[in-house]
Amino acid sequence: MRKLYAILFAIAAYVAVSLPAVAQEAAATLDERVNAAFANATGWFVNFIFMSIPGTNFPWIVMWLVIGATVFTIYFAAVQFRFFGHAIGLVKGDYSDPNDAGEVSHFQALATALSGTVGLGNIAGVAVAVGIGGPGATFWMILAGLLGMASKFTECTLGVKYRNEYPDGTVSGGPMYYISKGFNELGLPGGKILAVLFSVFCILGALGGGNMFQANQAHAQITQITGEFPGWITGLVFAAVVFAVIVGGIKSIARVTEKIVPFMGILYVGAAIIVLIVNIDMIGWAFGQIFAGAFTGLGVAGGFVGALIQGFKRAAFSNEAGVGSAAIAHSAVRTKEPITEGFVSLLEPLIDTVVICTMTALVIIISQQLIIDQATGNYMLNEAGTAIATVDGNGGVALTSAAFGSAIGWFPFVLAIAVILFAFSTMISWSYYGLKAWTYLFGEGKTTELIFKLIFCVFIVIGAAASLGPVIDFSDAAIFAMAVVNIFCLYFLMKVVKAELTSYAARLKSGEIKKFTH
Amino acid sequence: MKLVIGLDGQSSGEKALEFAKSVAASSEMCELIVVYVIEWSPFSFQTAEENAERHKRREEEISIAMERVVEPAVATLQAAGHSARAIVRHGDVADTIDAIAHDEGATQIVVARSSAGGFSSRIFGSSTANLVMNARVPVTVVA
Repeated sequence: MRKLYAILFAIAAYVAVSLPAVAQEAAATLDERVNAAFANATGWFVNFIFMSIPGTNFPWIVMWLVIGATVFTIYFAAVQFRFFGHAIGLVKGDYSDPNDAGEVSHFQALATALSGTVGLGNIAGVAVAVGIGGPGATFWMILAGLLGMASKFTECTLGVKYRNEYPDGTVSGGPMYYISKGFNELGLPGGKILAVLFSVFCILGALGGGNMFQANQAHAQITQITGEFPGWITGLVFAAVVFAVIVGGIKSIARVTEKIVPFMGILYVGAAIIVLIVNIDMIGWAFGQIFAGAFTGLGVAGGFVGALIQGFKRAAFSNEAGVGSAAIAHSAVRTKEPITEGFVSLLEPLIDTVVICTMTALVIIISQQLIIDQATGNYMLNEAGTAIATVDGNGGVALTSAAFGSAIGWFPFVLAIAVILFAFSTMISWSYYGLKAWTYLFGEGKTTELIFKLIFCVFIVIGAAASLGPVIDFSDAAIFAMAVVNIFCLYFLMKVVKAELTSYAARLKSGEIKKFTH
Repeated sequence: MKLVIGLDGQSSGEKALEFAKSVAASSEMCELIVVYVIEWSPFSFQTAEENAERHKRREEEISIAMERVVEPAVATLQAAGHSARAIVRHGDVADTIDAIAHDEGATQIVVARSSAGGFSSRIFGSSTANLVMNARVPVTVVA
């Protein structure tokens, strides 16, 4: 281990010493080379996942997610609204047995899962959605968030029900376990193959959305403040810190992050609320833009369908409902009733998408960073015609930063710190999700785990060096590929959840399940 | 009569035990319940990995507390001829000791004077002070 540290420090020292000497352009060509190689290697996969339904320009994968979330919402008779109050009660600990004190609480499981999802998707992803799909994308994002609550409920209930509990008291859970065990229990064939397929996509998702996208956008945010410098430097620094945590076992860094991230989240929402209060007279107008844009597109590329696609895509990318990742995080909770964790998890898309993403979208719309053609009232497209023209020509996280900066001058600095911490905590969470999929495939063991962790660190550098386009495409594709397998399997397993729900609801009504008085 | 003795793993706990013994000696039938609370909140933030290992850690924490703090105390009390048993729980120290005393129907709680002092106790208060202020059972604080 010491040797590894020595090598790492040597690399860092080399970078520090040679940085001024290495010409910027040489570094830029390295970035370009990484970028081109990456785009070539992943193009076919991205094209397949985002293939349009024949005769339309609607990607089949977006339809797949929306249909899944709608089916679960109908099948469980709007469980996300009927049991919303109960979910809050569970998180508050009203139904927690005092004798279980010291085990993972519902609140802790929710907070851990949220720190994996609240992050750049809420800051950068929303900016991408609104930047391309216009304000109308926000409407579809909120709708996708509300429907997604039912997907989350389904997968997290199964995550707890079919997790593995080992003799030493540790647990492992997630779609790969409920797919293989659940299919087996129901006498369905192919469970093992689907579980393996899911694990492969989960590893790719961990390296893509859970890693490269984070590193990429963190670098973009840093350069906003420091000025341009090559991405691989940011990547190397991030990789070194992540390496120290997941390989070096320096857990204190992760612990500190886990404690700071929730406060960063509160700070972010607080700042958004301040911006909205300052511009309170424009909120009505902003919502008007959101509704008008949702059904007309207000001149964005692809019209209202373009807004819809962007909204649904970014919502799914941000809250990960139907993707299966949260089921891994939620499966650690100690409960006699797996369904209680399902109820708790349905709060996640609500907090992540309906609250935080909407805040970001409102701030971007109100700050008027998106240029409106005064003659038509529609948004103007940039030269390439791919996105809405912005005041500074920004997109992604830079657009959010500029939007906040126009109201609170110093906020981009706070946002930069928040982005770095969010990126870091999401990477740590996804390194765990990816690792669980990896060990499901290759077995648990020090060497196999180390190989995955090293690959994970290498991808951080690649992610920071590549440009946004190919990275965001690959990240989306990998995460959505997880949803393809997961939702397909959830259709078969949802009757298991239904049985749990019926039994639990009856016992809750009869008073058999009651609150503990603390 | 039932007495709940709250220990915090510090040497001052000895004094609480001595006091409880003297009270128990003056009564014919007295059961002594030795309690140790592992400070824990259900509202803290943890990583996914910590969550996965939480059950294992909890078992370890309980067995360490039993072994190092509570069982030696129970052994001393039993050696002195008293009826004694042990409880180890996770939670907020003051709330949990009070809840145990209340549920067990104890006549009083005996704790040692808080060993923490200075800055942190000024900001956060001490468990002993919280217990004294909020307990539903009489509390004796042994100096």
